[in-house]
Amino acid sequence: MKEKGIKIIEEKCTGCGLCLKACPFGAISIINKKAIIDLEKCTLCGACKDACKFKAIVIFKPQIVKIKKLEEYKGVWVFIEEENCKVAPVSFELLGKAKELASQLNTEVVGIYLGYKLKEKIKNLFRKGADKLILVDKEELKNFIAENYANVISYLINKYKPEIFLAGATSKGRSLVSRIAVKTHTGLTADCTGLDIDKERRLLIQTRPAFGGNIMAQIITPSFRPQMATVRHKVMKEVERETSWGEIIEENIDESFIDKRVKFLEFIPDVSSKVNLAEADIIVSGGRGLGKKENFRLIEELASSLGAAVGASRAAVDSGWIAYSHQVGQTGRTVSPKIYIACGISGQIQHLVGMQSSKIIVAINKDPQAPIFKVANFGIVGDLFEIVPLLTKKIKEEIKK
Amino acid sequence: MKIAVCIKQVPETTEVKIDPKTNTLIREGVASIINPFDMYAIEEAVRLKERYGAKTWVITMGPPQAEEALREALSMGIDEAIHLSDKTFAGSDTWATSLVLAKAIKKLEGVDLIICGKQASDGDTAQVGPGVAAHLNFPQATYVRKIREINIERKKMYVERLLEEGYELLEITLPALITVVKEINEPRLPSLRGKMRAKKQLIPVWTHKDLGLKEEEIGLSGSPTQVVKVFTPPPREKGKIFEGDVNECVEKLVKELKRFL
Repeated sequence: MKEKGIKIIEEKCTGCGLCLKACPFGAISIINKKAIIDLEKCTLCGACKDACKFKAIVIFKPQIVKIKKLEEYKGVWVFIEEENCKVAPVSFELLGKAKELASQLNTEVVGIYLGYKLKEKIKNLFRKGADKLILVDKEELKNFIAENYANVISYLINKYKPEIFLAGATSKGRSLVSRIAVKTHTGLTADCTGLDIDKERRLLIQTRPAFGGNIMAQIITPSFRPQMATVRHKVMKEVERETSWGEIIEENIDESFIDKRVKFLEFIPDVSSKVNLAEADIIVSGGRGLGKKENFRLIEELASSLGAAVGASRAAVDSGWIAYSHQVGQTGRTVSPKIYIACGISGQIQHLVGMQSSKIIVAINKDPQAPIFKVANFGIVGDLFEIVPLLTKKIKEEIKK
Repeated sequence: MKIAVCIKQVPETTEVKIDPKTNTLIREGVASIINPFDMYAIEEAVRLKERYGAKTWVITMGPPQAEEALREALSMGIDEAIHLSDKTFAGSDTWATSLVLAKAIKKLEGVDLIICGKQASDGDTAQVGPGVAAHLNFPQATYVRKIREINIERKKMYVERLLEEGYELLEITLPALITVVKEINEPRLPSLRGKMRAKKQLIPVWTHKDLGLKEEEIGLSGSPTQVVKVFTPPPREKGKIFEGDVNECVEKLVKELKRFL
């Protein structure tokens, strides 16, 4: 069997153990002052190679045969996603970032918008960063069906050849782009929190968290185009421009793009949440410390004083105090609001991985040893039944001012 | 009906701790588990088998130790397991992984339904499920929170798909792929009989040759994306934690938060 593409150069290895510490997969051990790699565990991620000060680790990256003429690909595309018949905020954020990337590459930002009766909704897109829009306006595209959208967008990619393609890391975006990446044979990086350009090679440097944010990885798509990435909510900043108009290309598609195997029947809105968790600037979450269902009212009142969404820990959801759609954490949603207020949540790792990329974390808990305080920017140790109502009151006063 | 469940073995993140000195993951002695979301996929397959009658498979791509995960799935009531294990698979990104899984499902012949967890807890990409569907040209429903009904004769399935702002009801023609969220069910504990059966069962190992794949289509060379660097994020700054008089504490907190509101 062919050997795996990693090797320790024994003459250079000093057995210092830096690689062992850097390995996220526990694949390295030091035996007789030399590093040994367990090939069954190694994923060739390269963390050890970067950590080694003695250049003692080599990874053989295979030469990929270039099957695409990369220089033919130009422009930064953004998938314009709709939510409740309006452009989703994450699309505006992406246009802002796309503008920045495109200016480094001396190219244009193109919004790709599929749906029905689009003309009424497009005006803001130019102000928010789009130079050009490609519209596909058809009644059959009114509801998002991943198969249909993937068929149409793959066709457009093959026709216009963009070099970068961005979409929101939403339930729609994530379902869609993976199909497109397979159909157009290109690389896709999920859930990016950072995007940069390597100008010389015209490469998109994609940074994303893994292991619930405990490690970060930088990923590139060197030999295929477009370079596709999904990006989390609230990570990129919107821009405002003077320009309120740009070029519009209208594309027509025929019936062959519509996949008859999937039919949208009905949409049932979540009435329990007034503010969308994924898009909220502020989230107030409640956990086991609330003690019973009725006490969730305290969380709701604090949330409404701040215009915030309501989140919950797994313990609160499993106890039946609130619907699953509110659960934040490993088996729930990943959120990254500007402010996350955790009330009566101890902060088990499963919860932390779902919210630790929030900009400001506030913890309210009676146990000073609770792990939530380790990630909190601000916290109060004390009884949440006293603190939360008081906080609600003070915030209301503050907002009145 | 033939159902295939795709699963992944992942480190049990509850036990992953950060070394405060080096700020890296401590992986020694960390147990491997079935990706939490895949437990719901396994359970749903077993429930569908009980409800409609079906032959069920569990498939994983991973190193030899991933066999353990397959046996656990068998002990929960899955009929057969296939282990895709080959050194040439190492370094596969989501594109190449979904290709390998798709080829294995093709080899099983006549699979009507593929069930995956919505994402894996280590990589968090949620890309492999839809990728498998695209490779096979199957229709898909991601984030499924309920299978309302399967009409086997008409080959139609009715599912509820979770969205940010509610859920939608979809009709999908089989064969199809779904990815499932926690809300869909509560996974059972394996029975003693199940455990005994799982222990004895033969699990075939398929390599790239069995799947008719060339080496350059898989692993690092078949992966359009490349990891160039892995690093630990900068630690969060030490927070301001207030203790003592509740009024004062809340006062201080509001003062701090005001800057961000």
